[in-house]
This record gives sequence, structure tokens and C-alpha cells, in this order.
Amino acid sequence: MSFQPVKFYQTGTFTVGNRLLAPEERSVQASGKRFNSINSGHRACQGCGEALGARYAIDAAMEATQGQLIAANATGCLEVFSTPYPETSWQIPWIHSLFGNTAAVATGIAAALKIKQKKNPRAQEIRVVAQGGDGGTTDIGFGCLSGMFERNDDVLYICYDNGGYMNTGVQRSSATPPAARTATTMAVGPEPGNAFGQGKFLPAIAMAHEIPYVATATVADLRDLEAKVRRAMEIRGARYIHILVPCPLGWGTYSNETIKMARLAKETGIFPVFEAEHGEIKSALAIRRQLPVEDYLKPQKRYAHLFGKQPNVAVIAKLQALADRNIRKYKLLEGV
Amino acid sequence: MLKQCEGSHAVAEAVALCRPEVICAYPISPQTHIVEGLGEMVKDETLADCEFINVESEFAAMSVAIGSSATGARTYTATASQGLLFMAEAVFNASGLGLPIVMTVANRAIGAPINIWNDHSDSLSMRDCGWLQLFAETNQEALDLHIQAFKLAEEISLPVMVCMDGFILTHAYERVDMPMQAQVDAFLPAYEPRQVLDPAEPVSIGAMVGPEAFMEVRYLAHARQVQALERIPQLAAEFKEIFGRDSGGLIRPYRCEDADTIVIAMGSVLGTLKDTVDEMREAGHKIGVLGIISFRPFPLVAVAAALKDCKRFVVLEKSLAVGIGGIVATNVRMAVTSMGLKGYTVIAGLGGRAITMKSLTAMLDKAGRDELDLVTFLDLDWKAVNKQIEREKTHRKTGPVAEALLRDAGIVGARNY
Repeated sequence: MSFQPVKFYQTGTFTVGNRLLAPEERSVQASGKRFNSINSGHRACQGCGEALGARYAIDAAMEATQGQLIAANATGCLEVFSTPYPETSWQIPWIHSLFGNTAAVATGIAAALKIKQKKNPRAQEIRVVAQGGDGGTTDIGFGCLSGMFERNDDVLYICYDNGGYMNTGVQRSSATPPAARTATTMAVGPEPGNAFGQGKFLPAIAMAHEIPYVATATVADLRDLEAKVRRAMEIRGARYIHILVPCPLGWGTYSNETIKMARLAKETGIFPVFEAEHGEIKSALAIRRQLPVEDYLKPQKRYAHLFGKQPNVAVIAKLQALADRNIRKYKLLEGV
Repeated sequence: MLKQCEGSHAVAEAVALCRPEVICAYPISPQTHIVEGLGEMVKDETLADCEFINVESEFAAMSVAIGSSATGARTYTATASQGLLFMAEAVFNASGLGLPIVMTVANRAIGAPINIWNDHSDSLSMRDCGWLQLFAETNQEALDLHIQAFKLAEEISLPVMVCMDGFILTHAYERVDMPMQAQVDAFLPAYEPRQVLDPAEPVSIGAMVGPEAFMEVRYLAHARQVQALERIPQLAAEFKEIFGRDSGGLIRPYRCEDADTIVIAMGSVLGTLKDTVDEMREAGHKIGVLGIISFRPFPLVAVAAALKDCKRFVVLEKSLAVGIGGIVATNVRMAVTSMGLKGYTVIAGLGGRAITMKSLTAMLDKAGRDELDLVTFLDLDWKAVNKQIEREKTHRKTGPVAEALLRDAGIVGARNY
């Protein structure tokens, strides 16, 4: 595709138009030569954040490896919507084994590739990416993931976090946020929704393994996501990218608001977007215009019980406190 | 080359001769020296071009094996007992995906109660997982079967378990004839996968299959195992040509010609049985032994042929199908359906209980007179069992069964029979 320098400045948006950038700085998706690693025609819901995140992440990894990439995939939405035989959306070598073992399968792929490379050093090098949802990553696949981190195997693991087991009917995972309604944390009783004081933030646990690279991203900042994938592929060893991917089905949001919801998660401080190397924070994406958590919570049906006739101000305040803690901890107002 | 070595080390050396490319192992649960030996060979580079990965669990071990095998690497791991059960989901997955992984199972008991000693409960619990299961009688056969297993697995694109008795074989020092590298290279060609993850030719492996084709996929897994029934004896013959000894095959009859009674078993207890049968033959009993080497696929036709002229068979097995009796026995009965044979199941050696010639002679003598119970627990301490049953009738809070039995026995530790 030819490059036409166009003088055109967007206003009223944080998006940098591709046309303002030099070709080498443009989004992978802006090129006609994009890989379409996960091709159109799959069965994801309208507005699926995971499908969007996977498309950008895997295509960026393909670009970084000149198309020499193998993917391992956990059981979950991404696996199910992309591949019922005989159809497959994957234009890259792809394997699904089980729900809880994707990191280990990727370790095996990396080991096999290392030996193949050793035996045939002139062959073009092939890299590995593993991917799963938050359930497959933070719950059932956590043991294998921690093992892969600890051994510092040459694998990029990408977690698409939509805060629950959406594929099976929206059940709670250890990444479900407090107060959120799921099929197993119903909005009933004296403390409706998911409990406070539970769950885990896996990027921090990944950092505790002191692996070379940990990053978080959202589908609201796709250029940031691409840059992080590119950076991850420059590094050897265990790398982890945790992408917040809103789920219209599980969150109860409009399918045309996926990117908006992701941006609100970041702008309220609910979801910190940062990069860390060897266990230390290296950068954080600053909040541009801080918003109260209500702005993020209110459009989501999974928090509807907080906004009845009488808003549950106590619970909302607790959620605001969590966002404020993220803002302090990751220096989200100033950026790093 | 003849050498005196531990069973585990013999297997480690044989596996190394097969030029594996990825070895992954969770060494404990419980432990054998096999992967220690291999780990050392990779580290000191006597086994070059091989990745050795210390994983965090047996489940991860099999998962790593799945990844590397699907990427076209010859892959090996070893496990036993609880470890095999912990990896169960991945064990089924590996065969479902048609990945020719070779795995040693150092057969040991399954808890609770926790017990590290030998029986066949572990691999027999996985009898329907789609892997081939070959049982070794001796350390020599264990190492030979590994060499055959890689060839068999890769030819038919199915994973193979080589089962050898924990401790009795794995920890026993025996003389073995260790093959030369050139012999193994002549026998075992390079691995050519049927499917491989390769950017040059991208495929999706392991996607969902609905009711439209699931039955057919499963049938083909069965059909491939049935094909192996033909291939296993051929491989044993090819093996003999290069290595000069009999190892493997489907079954191994011993003094079965003209036998009225044939006792069937798997693994190292066949040695004890052969000695017992030799003695009983001298005393005039017409008795023979049938060793089953290939438990999966199960050689129905070969077993039926071996039993066609006898009057009765006794299946001596180190496993228990709780609620029915034997596992191997059930398979043997399938082979002899409508042959009109008397069949006895003898459960023996669970959790490492010694199987002695004395007990075997008494049991087989009884079987020869058709006075044996249909299901017999060899050397069961009936006094202890009945005491516990009585106690449970009269008391509600009887506590852990195992503790009560050991307290009654008055000793803590293995009992000497």
C-alpha cells in the first residue's frame, strides 16, 4: 500500500490517526499486509473484547516474528468461537489441549523449537505464544503458568481478562471484581455480588516471579497493546501480557460500548495499565481525565444492584477506594 | 554390552539411546531414578540435542510432552502412582490428539491410604485412556520395550506406556545387555509426525468435534490399537533380528502345552510364577503360565488361542476393581467367552505385599482341584479384616481404617510374609 502524507488532525479524541504516522509507526492492522491470524467469520459475540484483543495481539506478534509463530490456546471463549472443526479462524499453527495446561503446552512447543533450531541453525527461528481467558489463566491454569514463569521458558503468555467464565454462562473467576454479579455470585442477600477481599491480580503475581516482562493493556489503547506485544517479542524468557477485554454478555453492556468500557476501566483507575521488567514497574499509562468509578459501573448490568432506587453508596465508595489505591500504587495520575 | 545396573538406570540409558529430543519430568509422586539418570546425561551433554525440563507437576509434565510432541519432537516422560492420576486429563488428551509420546510407568499403588510400593493400580486405572500399555517382566525387557515403544508409537501415532514394577524392577540391580547406539539407530528411524505445528503449513490441532464425527474419531483410535495387535509381534521379530533376543510381543506362554491349569499374570511376578510352576510340574501338576505383555491393546485372540486346550485359568493380578474383583481377569474372560473354561481371579500383591511361592503353590493347588473361590485375595489377613468389620458394627466412631488395622497388627511397618 502506498503512503500518502495527509495533513489531518483529529480533535475531541485521544486516538492518534494512523495517517498522521510514518508507515513504520502505523498499526499492524492499518496495513493491507496484516496477517489476519484470527480471520473473520468466527463465532464471537458482537462487540467481543477478546476477539478484538486477540486479533491485535496475535497479528502484532506475527509481525514481530515475521510470521514465524505458533500459538497454544486454553479452552474457553476464544478457543470455542474460533475453531469448531472443520472450520478454523486461525491462519497460524495453533493447538488447543486442555483448559488448565496451556502454559505447559507452550513450554513443550518452545523446548521442541529450541532443539529443532539447534539441529538446524540456519532455519528461520519460530516463537511461541500461549493464550487463555482469565479462568484458564488465574484459576485452573495457574499452576502451569507459575511453573512456566519460574523456569523462565521462552513463551509469551497472553491473558484476555473479561472477569469471569463467560463461555459457560458467566460464572465467577478469581479475576471477577468485587460486587460484580455473576451466575455464581448472584446479586442477592445482604452483600450482593462478588465478595470484597477475594480474587487476585495476576500481573502482580507475574511480577513477583521476576520474569523479564509483564504488561497490562486494554482494548481501548490498541496501539499501546501492539507496542507491548512487540516489546515482549524482543525479549527472551517468560513474558506476560494481561489484557482487559470487556464482555458485553457477561458485563451487561451494549456491544458498541466495548472500547468505551475498557477506556472507562483505565480512566477510573479500576484497571491499571503498566509495564514491568524483572519485577519492577517501568512505565504506566497515565489517566488523562480522571473519572469517578460510577461512570464505569453504571452502564454495566453486573453492577445494576448498586444503582437501584437507593444507590449503594457504601459499596460504590469501597470500589472507589480500590481504584484510588491503584492510582496511588501505580502512579496513574502522573504516569511513569 | 553386559552390565550390572539398577532397573531405572537401565531404562534411562535405553531411552537415551532412542535419541529423545524433549524429556520432561516431575520426579516425585513417587520418585524413580529414571529421570535423574536422563537429567544427568542431558546436563553433561552425553545426551546432546535434548531439552530436559523440570516441571512443577505431573499434569504439567504430560502437558509439556503434548506441546513438544505436537511440534515434532520425540518426547519422553516417566511417572507412577498418584502422579499418573494427577496427569490423567492430559494422558487422555495426548492419545486423543494422536501424539506418540513414550512414558514409563513405574507401577505403584494408589492411595488412600498412601503407599509407595508396587502394584498395578495406577496404569490399570488408565486402561481406557487410549494409550498402549506394555508390561515388562524383567529389567532387560523393560529397556528393550522402550526401544520398541518409540518405534510403535511413532508408526501408529499413539502414545505408549511401558509399565514396569515399581521397586521390584525399578530399584533392582540386575544384569542387562545394553544395546549399542548403532543397533538402536538401525531399528528406530527418525520421527516423522503425521501432524505438526509449523508456520510453513499451519494447522489447527485440538479443535472441537461435535456429535457428527466424535464417534468416528473414537472408533479410529480403537482401530489403530487393534492394528497394533498385528504390529507388536512383528516389531518383536524385527527387534530380535537386530538385538538377538526375544523381548516384547503380545503374550508369552511358559509350559502351557498340555497344561490343565494356566495361570495368567503381568510383570515381574511372572518370574515367581515360573519357578512355582516348575516345582509343581515336578510334583506332577499339569500347569503353565501365560504372561500378558500387551495389556492395551488386549490380545483377545492370542489369549484365547493360548487357553484353548486347558481346563481352567487363574488370573493373578496386582490390581483390584473395587466392587467386582479383577481388572485383568475381566479382560481375559472377554477373550474366552463361550469356551466353557473355569476361571478364577486372584488379587495379590496390593501395595507391595510380597507374593511368595509358598502362597502361590497352595493357591494353585486349590485351583487345580477347583476348590478356589471365584475371587480370592491372596494372603489376606482375615482375622484383622473380620475384627474391623465387627468393630464397625458395634461402634460408630471407629476412626481411620488403616490406623485401626495397624494397631491391631501391633507393628508399624511392612509385614513379613
